[in-house]
Amino acid sequence: MSAPGSQGAEGRALHAVPEVATEKLTIAQAVRDAMLLEMERDEKVLVLGEDVGVDGGVFRATDGLIERFGSDRVIDMPLAESSIIGMSVGLAATGFRPVAEIQFMGFVYPAINQLFGHAARMRNRTRGRLTCPMVVRMPYGGGIHPPEHHSESYEALFLNTPGFKVVIPSNPHDAKGLLTAAIRDEDPVLFMEPKRIYRAFREAVPADSFAVPIGKAHIARTGTDVTLIAWGSMVRLCLDAAEVMAREAIDAEVVDLRTLNPLDRETMIESVVKTGRAVVVHEAPRTAGFGAEIVTQINEHALLQLEAPVQRVTGFDVIFPLAHNEKHYLPSRERIVAAVQSTLHF
Amino acid sequence: MPELDPSRVRDLYRDMIMMRAFDDKALKLQRQGRMGTWPPIKGQEAVQAGVAMAMGEDDWLIPAFREHGVMVLRGVPLHLVYAYWAGDERGSSYSEDVRCFPVAVPVGSQWQHGAGVGLSLKLSGDDAVAVTFGGDGSTSEGDFHEGLNCAGVFDARTVFVIQNNQWAISVPLHQQTRAETLAQKAHAYGIPGIQVDGNDVFAVYAAADEAIQRARRGEGPTLIEAVTYRLGDHTTADDASRYRAEEELKEWEGKDPILRLRRYLEQKGLWVEDQEVVLQEEAHKWVDDQVKALEEMPPQAPEEMFTSMYAEMPPHLSEQMQSLVEEVRS
Repeated sequence: MSAPGSQGAEGRALHAVPEVATEKLTIAQAVRDAMLLEMERDEKVLVLGEDVGVDGGVFRATDGLIERFGSDRVIDMPLAESSIIGMSVGLAATGFRPVAEIQFMGFVYPAINQLFGHAARMRNRTRGRLTCPMVVRMPYGGGIHPPEHHSESYEALFLNTPGFKVVIPSNPHDAKGLLTAAIRDEDPVLFMEPKRIYRAFREAVPADSFAVPIGKAHIARTGTDVTLIAWGSMVRLCLDAAEVMAREAIDAEVVDLRTLNPLDRETMIESVVKTGRAVVVHEAPRTAGFGAEIVTQINEHALLQLEAPVQRVTGFDVIFPLAHNEKHYLPSRERIVAAVQSTLHF
Repeated sequence: MPELDPSRVRDLYRDMIMMRAFDDKALKLQRQGRMGTWPPIKGQEAVQAGVAMAMGEDDWLIPAFREHGVMVLRGVPLHLVYAYWAGDERGSSYSEDVRCFPVAVPVGSQWQHGAGVGLSLKLSGDDAVAVTFGGDGSTSEGDFHEGLNCAGVFDARTVFVIQNNQWAISVPLHQQTRAETLAQKAHAYGIPGIQVDGNDVFAVYAAADEAIQRARRGEGPTLIEAVTYRLGDHTTADDASRYRAEEELKEWEGKDPILRLRRYLEQKGLWVEDQEVVLQEEAHKWVDDQVKALEEMPPQAPEEMFTSMYAEMPPHLSEQMQSLVEEVRS
């Protein structure tokens, strides 16, 4: 049984060496700091999107960047998602490293042709002659009671489209380190930011630049009875649920995938083999969600070690509801506990 | 009439003859099963030769998919153009010093890349210009309008060239737009739009030269509408006789840009039959050599579908590649 409240303590213990200077940052601030430090390091890094300049971004994730780097490097784009991505393809293929912002993931559809048709394909199409080293930052997910189209989690769309990397941080430390790694990456990275917890908590983050490697999951909490597999804002919910269950002597391990493509299957499977039970948690709709892929991979690699079928706690197969019903749509601590119970009493 | 000395005029003619020869050859190869689906450029040679001649050495070309002529003139080896359309990705992997994007199949999407490259060149202080092409059909796509709009906002070093060949597969221009011209669409974005006779290579050259110089001086983008005609089918998978009147085709065959330029050269005393014979022989020999180069390319290994997906191959792709390799070997 691991100590209660281990998330913060363990997270920091694993992440930071004591003598490193740290700052207490929110996810939004960590995202900004990563861009700022990368823009200082490499003059080819540009930021572009809607309201990213003078306004500093609707979530303030680009706050102060235009003052520091000017409007040639922090570009307020016309209100056109396809242009943001299409121009980024042109910029990236000719030597720049654009960090494009799609203001809300729910608005990414007009840019899909450019993302699927070009950004994901340029390297393969030209056998490596032209590439698209670009990052597309997209605040995603529910929980903020917004108007329609502001709550979606579309990761599955991008996971069935080869050519991208898909990265989703769950905390300020990883937000900074993973975004730094994404900007330095040679391939297009979709960087989904859990807007629900943009400012929900602060965490000590190294003040200097650092990269968290893409493709490596993180054990956010160690446990022995069941593995909870999640990413983004659902990681906190799983940690929360784990604390509740700890009071009933159920010791849950929480695997924060951090990167959905490439998936760190090894870490995930190792955990499931150890615990013999697994629950996958995601906000996106259930059918053909990434949870389905995870269940399949567990079946392929750990079936005989399973004590019970893998459970899923997900959104429903419905349009994301407006504010009134949002709480009934989103996975909850209670649903996670119930799913765990069902694996324990199979 | 632009100032061009006779040798350059003959170069234009030569370029157009070369295009016609390799286009004809591709159609033959396709019928023999040695080529995949091919979009012919027949009838559109003047647009491509005229723009290519106006481009500077370091300028970028961002083509759509009916620009093989200008691609070859910009340095893409013909055998690689053939390779792409014969089904081999290595056809888009030409050398680093050829500043040319690969073929863009999703209609209109390349206009945005043209705007992006034009902005890139401006931001990096590069003296070069981005020249991007598309067809009349693509002007109905949102990306055309977004590309023009953004290029205008950012004063991108971009020249947009519409090859208005009047047919988007089976849909004629009047069903594509209510607008009198495609060039006028530029005005809504605050940039100049010029309509030229796309079968008059001099007119194309003059318009392209002016637009490219203007962009190079940092004065912003230009839209050129070159009115031409697709003398062939949309692709080898199409049969234009299903939707296009024979008389219309005959009328435009009479306006063939190659015949027009040849008549000009002959009238000016710049061209005689002997030169034509030599040029035709040269063109056919070059094309045959390129077909040979195509057919001498060793086949792609099946695993090459995996090797350029990412800078570093992730573990799941290595596994999948391995399983394919084992399957192929067994």
